[in-house]
Amino acid sequence: MKSKAAYLTPYFLWIALFVIAPMALILYQSFFSITGHFTFANYEEYLSSSVYLKMTFNSIWYALIITVLALAISYPTAYLINQLKNKQLWLLLIILPTWINLLLKTYAFIGLFSQNGSVNDFLRFVGLGSHQILFTDASFIFVATYIEIPFMILPIFNSLDELNPSLINASRDLGASNWQTFRRVIVPLTMPGVKAGFQAVFIPSLSLFMITRLIGGNRVITLGTAIEEHFLVTQNWGMGSTIGIILILAMFVVMFLTRDRKNRGGQIR
Amino acid sequence: MKKKFHLSNLYLILVFAVLYLPILYLIFYSFNAGKTMDKFTGFSWQHYLTLFADTRMISIVINTVIIAVLSALIATLIGTFGALGIQQLRKRSLRNCILSLNNVLMVSPDVIIGASFLIFFTFLGIKLGFGSVLLSHIAFSIPIVVLMVLPKIDEMSQVMIDAAYDLGATKWQALTRVVLPAITPGIFAGYFMAFTYSLDDFAVTFFVTGNGFSTLSVEIYSRARQGIDLEVNALSTLMFVVSLLLVGGYYALTRYNESKKIHRARAAEEEISQ
Repeated sequence: MKSKAAYLTPYFLWIALFVIAPMALILYQSFFSITGHFTFANYEEYLSSSVYLKMTFNSIWYALIITVLALAISYPTAYLINQLKNKQLWLLLIILPTWINLLLKTYAFIGLFSQNGSVNDFLRFVGLGSHQILFTDASFIFVATYIEIPFMILPIFNSLDELNPSLINASRDLGASNWQTFRRVIVPLTMPGVKAGFQAVFIPSLSLFMITRLIGGNRVITLGTAIEEHFLVTQNWGMGSTIGIILILAMFVVMFLTRDRKNRGGQIR
Repeated sequence: MKKKFHLSNLYLILVFAVLYLPILYLIFYSFNAGKTMDKFTGFSWQHYLTLFADTRMISIVINTVIIAVLSALIATLIGTFGALGIQQLRKRSLRNCILSLNNVLMVSPDVIIGASFLIFFTFLGIKLGFGSVLLSHIAFSIPIVVLMVLPKIDEMSQVMIDAAYDLGATKWQALTRVVLPAITPGIFAGYFMAFTYSLDDFAVTFFVTGNGFSTLSVEIYSRARQGIDLEVNALSTLMFVVSLLLVGGYYALTRYNESKKIHRARAAEEEISQ
Protein backbone atom coordinates (compact mmCIF):
# COMPACT_ATOMS: atom_id res chain seq x y z
CA MET A 1 0.00 0.00 0.00
CA LYS A 2 2.76 2.34 0.98
CA SER A 3 4.86 1.64 -2.09
CA LYS A 4 1.88 2.37 -4.32
CA ALA A 5 1.74 5.88 -2.92
CA ALA A 6 5.46 6.33 -3.40
CA TYR A 7 5.28 5.22 -7.04
CA LEU A 8 2.42 7.49 -7.82
CA THR A 9 3.33 10.71 -6.00
CA PRO A 10 5.30 12.39 -8.81
CA TYR A 11 2.84 11.10 -11.37
CA PHE A 12 -0.20 12.41 -9.50
CA LEU A 13 1.61 15.68 -8.94
CA TRP A 14 2.05 15.88 -12.71
CA ILE A 15 -1.66 15.21 -13.31
CA ALA A 16 -2.65 17.90 -10.81
CA LEU A 17 -0.14 20.51 -11.95
CA PHE A 18 0.13 19.96 -15.69
CA VAL A 19 -3.17 18.39 -16.69
CA ILE A 20 -5.88 19.70 -14.38
CA ALA A 21 -4.44 23.07 -13.34
CA PRO A 22 -3.68 24.41 -16.87
CA MET A 23 -7.08 23.34 -18.19
CA ALA A 24 -8.80 24.94 -15.19
CA LEU A 25 -6.71 28.09 -15.66
CA ILE A 26 -7.61 28.46 -19.32
CA LEU A 27 -11.30 28.24 -18.37
CA TYR A 28 -10.75 30.73 -15.53
CA GLN A 29 -8.82 33.12 -17.77
CA SER A 30 -11.59 33.09 -20.37
CA PHE A 31 -13.79 35.02 -17.91
CA PHE A 32 -11.40 37.94 -17.65
CA SER A 33 -11.27 41.01 -19.83
CA ILE A 34 -8.00 42.50 -21.08
CA THR A 35 -8.04 44.90 -18.12
CA GLY A 36 -8.38 42.05 -15.62
CA HIS A 37 -12.05 42.27 -14.66
CA PHE A 38 -14.30 39.29 -14.23
CA THR A 39 -16.79 39.30 -17.10
CA PHE A 40 -18.76 37.24 -19.57
CA ALA A 41 -17.95 39.82 -22.24
CA ASN A 42 -15.49 37.53 -24.07
CA TYR A 43 -18.16 34.95 -24.70
CA GLU A 44 -20.72 37.61 -25.58
CA GLU A 45 -18.30 39.20 -28.01
CA TYR A 46 -17.39 35.85 -29.50
CA LEU A 47 -20.99 34.80 -30.04
CA SER A 48 -22.16 38.14 -31.38
CA SER A 49 -19.21 39.00 -33.61
CA SER A 50 -19.50 37.88 -37.20
CA VAL A 51 -15.70 38.00 -37.50
CA TYR A 52 -15.14 35.34 -34.82
CA LEU A 53 -18.03 33.17 -35.95
CA LYS A 54 -16.91 33.30 -39.55
CA MET A 55 -13.36 32.50 -38.53
CA THR A 56 -14.56 29.46 -36.53
CA PHE A 57 -16.70 28.28 -39.41
CA ASN A 58 -13.81 28.72 -41.85
CA SER A 59 -11.42 26.90 -39.57
CA ILE A 60 -13.77 23.92 -39.24
CA TRP A 61 -14.39 23.97 -42.99
CA TYR A 62 -10.67 23.97 -43.81
CA ALA A 63 -10.01 21.20 -41.29
CA LEU A 64 -12.78 19.17 -42.88
CA ILE A 65 -11.36 19.64 -46.37
CA ILE A 66 -7.88 18.69 -45.17
CA THR A 67 -9.18 15.60 -43.38
CA VAL A 68 -11.32 14.41 -46.29
CA LEU A 69 -8.48 14.95 -48.77
CA ALA A 70 -6.05 13.12 -46.50
CA LEU A 71 -8.55 10.28 -46.16
CA ALA A 72 -9.13 10.07 -49.92
CA ILE A 73 -5.38 9.79 -50.55
CA SER A 74 -4.54 7.64 -47.53
CA TYR A 75 -7.13 4.88 -47.78
CA PRO A 76 -5.98 3.58 -51.19
CA THR A 77 -2.36 4.04 -50.12
CA ALA A 78 -2.83 2.04 -46.93
CA TYR A 79 -4.79 -0.59 -48.85
CA LEU A 80 -2.11 -0.98 -51.51
CA ILE A 81 0.77 -1.00 -49.04
CA ASN A 82 -1.00 -3.71 -47.06
CA GLN A 83 -0.84 -5.93 -50.15
CA LEU A 84 2.88 -5.44 -50.76
CA LYS A 85 5.46 -8.04 -49.85
CA ASN A 86 7.57 -6.07 -47.38
CA LYS A 87 4.67 -4.05 -46.03
CA GLN A 88 6.28 -3.18 -42.69
CA LEU A 89 9.26 -1.69 -44.51
CA TRP A 90 7.01 0.37 -46.79
CA LEU A 91 5.04 1.54 -43.78
CA LEU A 92 8.28 2.62 -42.18
CA LEU A 93 8.98 4.71 -45.29
CA ILE A 94 5.58 6.38 -44.85
CA ILE A 95 6.33 7.13 -41.20
CA LEU A 96 9.87 8.38 -41.82
CA PRO A 97 8.83 11.86 -43.07
CA THR A 98 6.98 12.45 -39.78
CA TRP A 99 10.38 12.38 -38.10
CA ILE A 100 11.48 15.38 -40.10
CA ASN A 101 10.71 18.55 -38.24
CA LEU A 102 7.36 19.92 -39.34
CA LEU A 103 8.76 23.40 -39.82
CA LEU A 104 11.44 22.19 -42.20
CA LYS A 105 8.80 20.52 -44.35
CA THR A 106 6.76 23.69 -44.35
CA TYR A 107 9.85 25.70 -45.17
CA ALA A 108 10.49 23.47 -48.20
CA PHE A 109 7.15 24.55 -49.62
CA ILE A 110 8.05 28.22 -49.29
CA GLY A 111 10.82 27.47 -51.80
CA LEU A 112 8.73 25.18 -54.00
CA PHE A 113 5.75 27.52 -54.22
CA SER A 114 7.56 30.84 -54.54
CA GLN A 115 7.21 33.11 -57.59
CA ASN A 116 10.30 31.61 -59.26
CA GLY A 117 10.08 28.29 -57.48
CA SER A 118 10.14 24.86 -59.03
CA VAL A 119 6.37 24.47 -59.21
CA ASN A 120 6.05 27.69 -61.18
CA ASP A 121 8.99 26.63 -63.36
CA PHE A 122 7.11 23.45 -64.11
CA LEU A 123 3.87 25.32 -64.85
CA ARG A 124 5.72 27.64 -67.25
CA PHE A 125 7.37 24.60 -68.83
CA VAL A 126 4.03 22.95 -69.60
CA GLY A 127 2.76 26.29 -70.84
CA LEU A 128 0.37 27.19 -68.05
CA GLY A 129 2.30 30.30 -67.08
CA SER A 130 3.32 31.25 -63.55
CA HIS A 131 0.85 31.86 -60.78
CA GLN A 132 0.78 33.22 -57.29
CA ILE A 133 0.79 29.97 -55.31
CA LEU A 134 2.22 30.92 -51.95
CA PHE A 135 -0.16 32.72 -49.57
CA THR A 136 -3.31 31.21 -51.06
CA ASP A 137 -5.96 29.01 -49.45
CA ALA A 138 -5.09 26.17 -51.81
CA SER A 139 -1.42 26.17 -50.83
CA PHE A 140 -2.37 26.09 -47.15
CA ILE A 141 -4.69 23.11 -47.72
CA PHE A 142 -2.05 21.32 -49.79
CA VAL A 143 0.73 21.70 -47.24
CA ALA A 144 -1.51 20.81 -44.29
CA THR A 145 -2.75 17.70 -46.10
CA TYR A 146 0.83 16.78 -46.99
CA ILE A 147 1.84 16.99 -43.33
CA GLU A 148 -1.16 15.04 -42.04
CA ILE A 149 -1.24 12.16 -44.55
CA PRO A 150 1.08 9.79 -42.62
CA PHE A 151 -1.08 10.21 -39.50
CA MET A 152 -4.08 9.09 -41.55
CA ILE A 153 -2.32 6.19 -43.28
CA LEU A 154 -1.00 4.66 -40.06
CA PRO A 155 -4.28 3.85 -38.26
CA ILE A 156 -5.97 2.75 -41.49
CA PHE A 157 -3.05 0.48 -42.29
CA ASN A 158 -3.19 -1.01 -38.80
CA SER A 159 -6.88 -1.81 -39.10
CA LEU A 160 -6.34 -3.36 -42.56
CA ASP A 161 -3.44 -5.34 -41.17
CA GLU A 162 -5.58 -6.68 -38.32
CA LEU A 163 -8.35 -7.67 -40.72
CA ASN A 164 -8.71 -11.43 -40.77
CA PRO A 165 -8.09 -12.57 -44.40
CA SER A 166 -10.45 -15.53 -43.99
CA LEU A 167 -13.33 -13.05 -43.79
CA ILE A 168 -12.44 -11.78 -47.26
CA ASN A 169 -12.12 -15.35 -48.55
CA ALA A 170 -15.48 -16.19 -47.00
CA SER A 171 -17.05 -13.22 -48.73
CA ARG A 172 -15.59 -14.33 -52.08
CA ASP A 173 -16.71 -17.92 -51.52
CA LEU A 174 -20.22 -16.69 -50.86
CA GLY A 175 -20.18 -15.12 -54.30
CA ALA A 176 -19.46 -11.47 -53.59
CA SER A 177 -17.70 -9.48 -56.28
CA ASN A 178 -14.49 -7.60 -55.50
CA TRP A 179 -16.42 -4.40 -55.11
CA GLN A 180 -19.06 -5.97 -52.86
CA THR A 181 -16.35 -7.50 -50.67
CA PHE A 182 -14.67 -4.11 -50.42
CA ARG A 183 -17.86 -2.20 -49.63
CA ARG A 184 -19.56 -4.70 -47.35
CA VAL A 185 -16.62 -6.34 -45.59
CA ILE A 186 -13.40 -4.36 -45.80
CA VAL A 187 -14.75 -0.83 -45.35
CA PRO A 188 -17.00 -1.58 -42.34
CA LEU A 189 -14.26 -3.57 -40.61
CA THR A 190 -11.67 -0.82 -41.09
CA MET A 191 -13.97 1.94 -39.85
CA PRO A 192 -12.19 2.08 -36.45
CA GLY A 193 -8.96 2.92 -38.28
CA VAL A 194 -10.69 5.57 -40.39
CA LYS A 195 -12.21 7.12 -37.27
CA ALA A 196 -8.87 7.11 -35.47
CA GLY A 197 -7.27 8.74 -38.49
CA PHE A 198 -10.06 11.31 -38.72
CA GLN A 199 -9.42 12.27 -35.09
CA ALA A 200 -5.68 12.33 -35.54
CA VAL A 201 -5.94 14.69 -38.51
CA PHE A 202 -8.99 16.84 -37.85
CA ILE A 203 -8.08 18.10 -34.38
CA PRO A 204 -4.53 19.22 -35.26
CA SER A 205 -5.84 20.77 -38.48
CA LEU A 206 -7.93 23.19 -36.42
CA SER A 207 -4.83 24.50 -34.73
CA LEU A 208 -1.96 24.48 -37.24
CA PHE A 209 -1.01 28.11 -36.80
CA MET A 210 2.57 27.85 -38.07
CA ILE A 211 1.43 26.65 -41.51
CA THR A 212 -1.20 29.37 -41.82
CA ARG A 213 1.47 31.93 -40.97
CA LEU A 214 4.20 30.62 -43.25
CA ILE A 215 2.21 29.30 -46.20
CA GLY A 216 -1.22 30.90 -45.93
CA GLY A 217 0.18 34.37 -45.37
CA ASN A 218 -2.35 36.05 -43.13
CA ARG A 219 -5.22 35.10 -45.40
CA VAL A 220 -6.16 31.89 -43.65
CA ILE A 221 -7.04 32.32 -39.98
CA THR A 222 -7.77 29.13 -38.07
CA LEU A 223 -8.75 28.73 -34.41
CA GLY A 224 -5.10 28.01 -33.68
CA THR A 225 -3.91 31.17 -35.43
CA ALA A 226 -6.46 33.24 -33.52
CA ILE A 227 -5.32 31.80 -30.19
CA GLU A 228 -1.67 32.44 -30.99
CA GLU A 229 -2.51 35.99 -32.11
CA HIS A 230 -4.42 36.79 -28.91
CA PHE A 231 -1.85 35.29 -26.59
CA LEU A 232 1.42 36.36 -28.17
CA VAL A 233 0.59 39.42 -30.30
CA THR A 234 -2.34 41.41 -28.91
CA GLN A 235 -1.87 40.00 -25.38
CA ASN A 236 -5.64 39.63 -24.93
CA TRP A 237 -5.42 36.39 -22.97
CA GLY A 238 -9.09 36.43 -21.98
CA MET A 239 -10.31 36.34 -25.56
CA GLY A 240 -7.55 33.88 -26.49
CA SER A 241 -8.70 31.55 -23.70
CA THR A 242 -12.31 31.91 -24.84
CA ILE A 243 -11.34 30.74 -28.32
CA GLY A 244 -9.27 28.02 -26.66
CA ILE A 245 -12.38 26.79 -24.82
CA ILE A 246 -14.23 26.76 -28.15
CA LEU A 247 -11.39 24.69 -29.63
CA ILE A 248 -11.56 22.26 -26.69
CA LEU A 249 -15.33 21.96 -27.19
CA ALA A 250 -14.79 21.28 -30.91
CA MET A 251 -12.27 18.62 -29.93
CA PHE A 252 -14.78 16.92 -27.62
CA VAL A 253 -17.43 16.96 -30.34
CA VAL A 254 -15.04 15.32 -32.81
CA MET A 255 -13.94 12.76 -30.24
CA PHE A 256 -17.55 11.99 -29.43
CA LEU A 257 -18.49 11.56 -33.08
CA THR A 258 -15.51 9.32 -33.77
CA ARG A 259 -15.41 7.48 -30.44
CA ASP A 260 -14.63 3.76 -29.95
CA ARG A 261 -10.88 3.91 -30.29
CA LYS A 262 -8.92 6.29 -28.16
CA ASN A 263 -5.27 6.05 -29.19
CA ARG A 264 -3.99 8.71 -31.53
CA GLY A 265 -2.23 7.15 -34.48
CA GLY A 266 1.13 8.39 -33.32
CA GLN A 267 4.44 8.15 -35.06
CA ILE A 268 5.29 4.62 -34.21
CA ARG A 269 3.57 1.63 -32.74
CA MET B 1 -5.34 -7.90 -63.87
CA LYS B 2 -1.91 -6.95 -65.05
CA LYS B 3 -2.93 -3.47 -66.04
CA LYS B 4 -4.56 -2.84 -62.65
CA PHE B 5 -1.36 -3.91 -60.96
CA HIS B 6 0.58 -1.28 -62.89
CA LEU B 7 -1.94 1.41 -62.09
CA SER B 8 -1.78 0.72 -58.37
CA ASN B 9 2.00 0.75 -58.44
CA LEU B 10 1.93 4.06 -60.22
CA TYR B 11 -0.32 5.46 -57.51
CA LEU B 12 2.02 4.32 -54.74
CA ILE B 13 5.03 5.72 -56.56
CA LEU B 14 3.23 9.04 -56.86
CA VAL B 15 2.36 9.13 -53.14
CA PHE B 16 5.92 8.31 -52.13
CA ALA B 17 7.28 10.87 -54.58
CA VAL B 18 5.09 13.62 -53.15
CA LEU B 19 6.03 12.60 -49.60
CA TYR B 20 9.76 12.68 -50.26
CA LEU B 21 10.26 15.31 -52.96
CA PRO B 22 10.01 18.36 -50.66
CA ILE B 23 12.58 16.85 -48.31
CA LEU B 24 14.97 15.92 -51.13
CA TYR B 25 14.43 19.35 -52.62
CA LEU B 26 15.57 20.99 -49.37
CA ILE B 27 18.63 18.77 -49.21
CA PHE B 28 19.50 19.32 -52.87
CA TYR B 29 19.52 23.12 -52.55
CA SER B 30 21.64 23.01 -49.40
CA PHE B 31 24.54 22.33 -51.78
CA ASN B 32 23.69 25.27 -54.03
CA ALA B 33 26.42 27.82 -54.56
CA GLY B 34 23.79 30.52 -55.06
CA LYS B 35 21.56 32.03 -52.44
CA THR B 36 18.08 30.93 -53.53
CA MET B 37 16.03 27.75 -53.74
CA ASP B 38 15.10 28.23 -57.38
CA LYS B 39 18.29 28.22 -59.41
CA PHE B 40 21.07 25.72 -58.86
CA THR B 41 24.21 27.55 -59.86
CA GLY B 42 26.81 25.03 -58.77
CA PHE B 43 27.93 22.73 -56.01
CA SER B 44 29.28 24.23 -52.84
CA TRP B 45 29.72 23.52 -49.13
CA GLN B 46 29.49 27.19 -48.26
CA HIS B 47 26.13 26.99 -46.45
CA TYR B 48 27.49 24.22 -44.24
CA LEU B 49 30.51 26.35 -43.46
CA THR B 50 28.26 29.29 -42.53
CA LEU B 51 26.22 26.94 -40.36
CA PHE B 52 29.25 25.62 -38.48
CA ALA B 53 30.54 29.16 -37.98
CA ASP B 54 27.17 30.35 -36.68
CA THR B 55 27.73 30.25 -32.91
CA ARG B 56 24.17 31.34 -32.18
CA MET B 57 22.80 28.40 -34.15
CA ILE B 58 25.22 25.97 -32.51
CA SER B 59 24.26 27.08 -29.02
CA ILE B 60 20.59 26.68 -29.98
CA VAL B 61 21.31 23.12 -31.19
CA ILE B 62 23.03 22.36 -27.89
CA ASN B 63 20.09 23.82 -25.94
CA THR B 64 17.64 21.74 -27.93
CA VAL B 65 19.58 18.53 -27.32
CA ILE B 66 19.98 19.27 -23.60
CA ILE B 67 16.24 19.89 -23.29
CA ALA B 68 15.43 16.70 -25.21
CA VAL B 69 17.82 14.47 -23.22
CA LEU B 70 16.82 15.88 -19.83
CA SER B 71 13.09 16.08 -20.42
CA ALA B 72 12.96 12.55 -21.86
CA LEU B 73 14.97 11.22 -18.89
CA ILE B 74 12.76 12.84 -16.25
CA ALA B 75 9.55 12.03 -18.12
CA THR B 76 10.66 8.38 -18.42
CA LEU B 77 11.32 8.19 -14.67
CA ILE B 78 7.99 9.74 -13.69
CA GLY B 79 6.06 7.90 -16.39
CA THR B 80 7.54 4.48 -15.59
CA PHE B 81 6.78 4.79 -11.89
CA GLY B 82 3.37 6.17 -12.75
CA ALA B 83 2.67 3.14 -14.93
CA LEU B 84 3.88 0.80 -12.16
CA GLY B 85 1.51 2.55 -9.76
CA ILE B 86 -1.44 2.51 -12.15
CA GLN B 87 -0.97 -1.22 -12.70
CA GLN B 88 -1.30 -1.83 -8.96
CA LEU B 89 -4.64 -0.04 -8.77
CA ARG B 90 -7.33 -2.62 -8.17
CA LYS B 91 -10.35 -0.44 -8.90
CA ARG B 92 -11.17 -0.57 -12.60
CA SER B 93 -13.01 2.76 -12.63
CA LEU B 94 -10.17 4.61 -10.88
CA ARG B 95 -7.67 3.15 -13.33
CA ASN B 96 -9.76 4.24 -16.31
CA CYS B 97 -10.23 7.70 -14.85
CA ILE B 98 -6.46 8.13 -14.42
CA LEU B 99 -5.80 6.84 -17.93
CA SER B 100 -8.27 9.38 -19.35
CA LEU B 101 -6.46 12.16 -17.48
CA ASN B 102 -3.19 10.72 -18.77
CA ASN B 103 -4.44 11.02 -22.35
CA VAL B 104 -5.66 14.62 -22.08
CA LEU B 105 -2.29 16.01 -23.18
CA MET B 106 -2.02 13.39 -25.94
CA VAL B 107 -5.19 14.52 -27.70
CA SER B 108 -5.19 18.24 -26.89
CA PRO B 109 -4.07 20.48 -29.74
CA ASP B 110 -0.58 21.91 -29.23
CA VAL B 111 -1.86 25.48 -29.09
CA ILE B 112 -4.10 24.64 -26.14
CA ILE B 113 -1.24 22.98 -24.27
CA GLY B 114 1.03 25.92 -25.04
CA ALA B 115 -1.49 28.60 -24.09
CA SER B 116 -2.61 26.87 -20.89
CA PHE B 117 1.00 26.26 -19.80
CA LEU B 118 1.77 29.92 -20.50
CA ILE B 119 -1.09 30.98 -18.19
CA PHE B 120 0.08 28.41 -15.62
CA PHE B 121 3.70 29.62 -15.56
CA THR B 122 2.66 33.27 -15.44
CA PHE B 123 0.22 32.49 -12.63
CA LEU B 124 2.97 30.83 -10.58
CA GLY B 125 5.46 33.54 -11.48
CA ILE B 126 7.88 31.12 -13.16
CA LYS B 127 10.21 32.99 -15.45
CA LEU B 128 9.88 31.99 -19.11
CA GLY B 129 13.04 30.44 -20.50
CA PHE B 130 15.01 27.23 -20.08
CA GLY B 131 13.07 26.15 -16.98
CA SER B 132 9.61 26.67 -18.39
CA VAL B 133 10.52 24.93 -21.67
CA LEU B 134 12.05 21.97 -19.80
CA LEU B 135 8.99 21.64 -17.53
CA SER B 136 6.61 21.77 -20.50
CA HIS B 137 8.55 19.14 -22.41
CA ILE B 138 8.60 16.83 -19.38
CA ALA B 139 4.86 17.41 -18.97
CA PHE B 140 3.82 16.55 -22.51
CA SER B 141 6.19 13.56 -22.70
CA ILE B 142 4.96 11.75 -19.57
CA PRO B 143 1.72 10.37 -21.09
CA ILE B 144 3.51 8.73 -24.05
CA VAL B 145 5.95 7.03 -21.66
CA VAL B 146 3.02 5.69 -19.63
CA LEU B 147 1.34 4.41 -22.79
CA MET B 148 4.55 2.66 -23.86
CA VAL B 149 5.35 1.10 -20.47
CA LEU B 150 1.90 0.09 -19.23
CA PRO B 151 1.24 -2.68 -21.81
CA LYS B 152 4.60 -4.27 -20.93
CA ILE B 153 3.66 -4.31 -17.25
CA ASP B 154 0.26 -5.77 -18.06
CA GLU B 155 1.95 -8.46 -20.15
CA MET B 156 4.20 -9.50 -17.31
CA SER B 157 2.67 -12.24 -15.20
CA GLN B 158 2.05 -11.54 -11.53
CA VAL B 159 3.35 -15.06 -10.80
CA MET B 160 6.92 -13.90 -11.50
CA ILE B 161 6.71 -11.23 -8.83
CA ASP B 162 5.07 -13.59 -6.36
CA ALA B 163 7.83 -16.11 -7.04
CA ALA B 164 10.45 -13.45 -6.34
CA TYR B 165 8.82 -12.63 -3.01
CA ASP B 166 8.50 -16.33 -2.13
CA LEU B 167 12.19 -16.76 -2.81
CA GLY B 168 12.87 -14.03 -0.27
CA ALA B 169 13.36 -10.97 -2.44
CA THR B 170 12.80 -7.57 -0.88
CA LYS B 171 10.52 -5.08 -2.61
CA TRP B 172 13.51 -3.29 -4.05
CA GLN B 173 15.05 -6.52 -5.31
CA ALA B 174 11.78 -7.63 -6.89
CA LEU B 175 11.54 -4.28 -8.64
CA THR B 176 15.11 -4.07 -9.93
CA ARG B 177 15.75 -7.76 -10.62
CA VAL B 178 12.37 -8.90 -11.93
CA VAL B 179 10.03 -6.08 -12.90
CA LEU B 180 12.38 -3.56 -14.49
CA PRO B 181 14.25 -6.07 -16.71
CA ALA B 182 10.91 -7.37 -17.96
CA ILE B 183 9.64 -3.94 -18.96
CA THR B 184 12.92 -2.51 -20.27
CA PRO B 185 11.81 -2.55 -23.94
CA GLY B 186 8.79 -0.44 -23.00
CA ILE B 187 10.95 1.97 -21.06
CA PHE B 188 13.35 2.28 -24.00
CA ALA B 189 10.49 2.91 -26.40
CA GLY B 190 9.06 5.50 -24.01
CA TYR B 191 12.37 7.32 -23.67
CA PHE B 192 12.86 7.32 -27.41
CA MET B 193 9.38 8.66 -28.10
CA ALA B 194 9.74 11.33 -25.41
CA PHE B 195 13.09 12.33 -26.90
CA THR B 196 11.67 12.75 -30.41
CA TYR B 197 8.56 14.55 -29.12
CA SER B 198 10.83 17.04 -27.46
CA LEU B 199 13.08 17.49 -30.51
CA ASP B 200 10.08 17.97 -32.79
CA ASP B 201 7.94 20.22 -30.69
CA PHE B 202 7.32 23.68 -31.95
CA ALA B 203 3.93 25.01 -30.84
CA VAL B 204 4.20 24.40 -27.09
CA THR B 205 7.78 25.67 -26.96
CA PHE B 206 6.81 28.74 -28.98
CA PHE B 207 4.29 29.74 -26.30
CA VAL B 208 6.47 29.19 -23.22
CA THR B 209 9.91 30.14 -24.48
CA GLY B 210 9.95 33.85 -23.65
CA ASN B 211 12.58 36.10 -25.17
CA GLY B 212 16.07 34.95 -24.32
CA PHE B 213 15.78 31.22 -24.94
CA SER B 214 15.21 29.42 -28.22
CA THR B 215 15.08 25.88 -29.54
CA LEU B 216 15.72 24.69 -33.09
CA SER B 217 12.06 24.60 -34.12
CA VAL B 218 11.44 28.12 -32.89
CA GLU B 219 14.60 29.35 -34.59
CA ILE B 220 13.66 27.70 -37.90
CA TYR B 221 10.23 29.32 -37.66
CA SER B 222 11.58 32.80 -37.15
CA ARG B 223 14.11 32.36 -39.98
CA ALA B 224 11.49 30.92 -42.31
CA ARG B 225 9.29 33.95 -41.68
CA GLN B 226 12.09 36.09 -43.08
CA GLY B 227 12.25 34.05 -46.27
CA ILE B 228 14.71 31.67 -47.84
CA ASP B 229 18.02 31.14 -46.09
CA LEU B 230 20.08 28.24 -47.40
CA GLU B 231 21.73 27.86 -44.01
CA VAL B 232 18.36 26.40 -42.94
CA ASN B 233 18.64 23.93 -45.84
CA ALA B 234 22.07 22.84 -44.66
CA LEU B 235 20.62 22.43 -41.18
CA SER B 236 17.73 20.36 -42.50
CA THR B 237 20.11 17.99 -44.29
CA LEU B 238 21.98 17.40 -41.06
CA MET B 239 18.72 16.93 -39.15
CA PHE B 240 17.50 14.47 -41.77
CA VAL B 241 20.67 12.42 -41.41
CA VAL B 242 20.39 12.51 -37.62
CA SER B 243 16.76 11.35 -37.69
CA LEU B 244 17.68 8.54 -40.11
CA LEU B 245 20.41 7.44 -37.71
CA LEU B 246 18.02 7.68 -34.74
CA VAL B 247 15.29 5.64 -36.42
CA GLY B 248 17.82 3.13 -37.77
CA GLY B 249 19.53 2.83 -34.40
CA TYR B 250 16.21 2.40 -32.63
CA TYR B 251 15.08 -0.35 -35.00
CA ALA B 252 18.43 -2.11 -34.76
CA LEU B 253 18.20 -1.97 -30.98
CA THR B 254 14.68 -3.40 -30.81
CA ARG B 255 15.64 -6.11 -33.34
CA TYR B 256 18.71 -6.94 -31.27
CA ASN B 257 16.65 -7.19 -28.09
CA GLU B 258 14.09 -9.40 -29.76
CA SER B 259 16.66 -11.72 -31.29
CA LYS B 260 18.40 -11.93 -27.93
CA LYS B 261 15.09 -12.95 -26.39
CA ILE B 262 14.54 -15.58 -29.06
CA HIS B 263 18.05 -16.93 -28.57
CA ARG B 264 17.49 -17.12 -24.87
CA ALA B 265 14.17 -18.87 -25.30
CA ARG B 266 15.78 -21.37 -27.68
CA ALA B 267 18.65 -22.01 -25.32
CA ALA B 268 16.21 -22.57 -22.49
CA GLU B 269 14.17 -24.96 -24.63
CA GLU B 270 17.27 -26.95 -25.52
CA GLU B 271 18.29 -27.13 -21.90
CA ILE B 272 14.89 -28.45 -20.93
CA SER B 273 14.81 -31.02 -23.71
CA GLN B 274 18.23 -32.34 -22.79
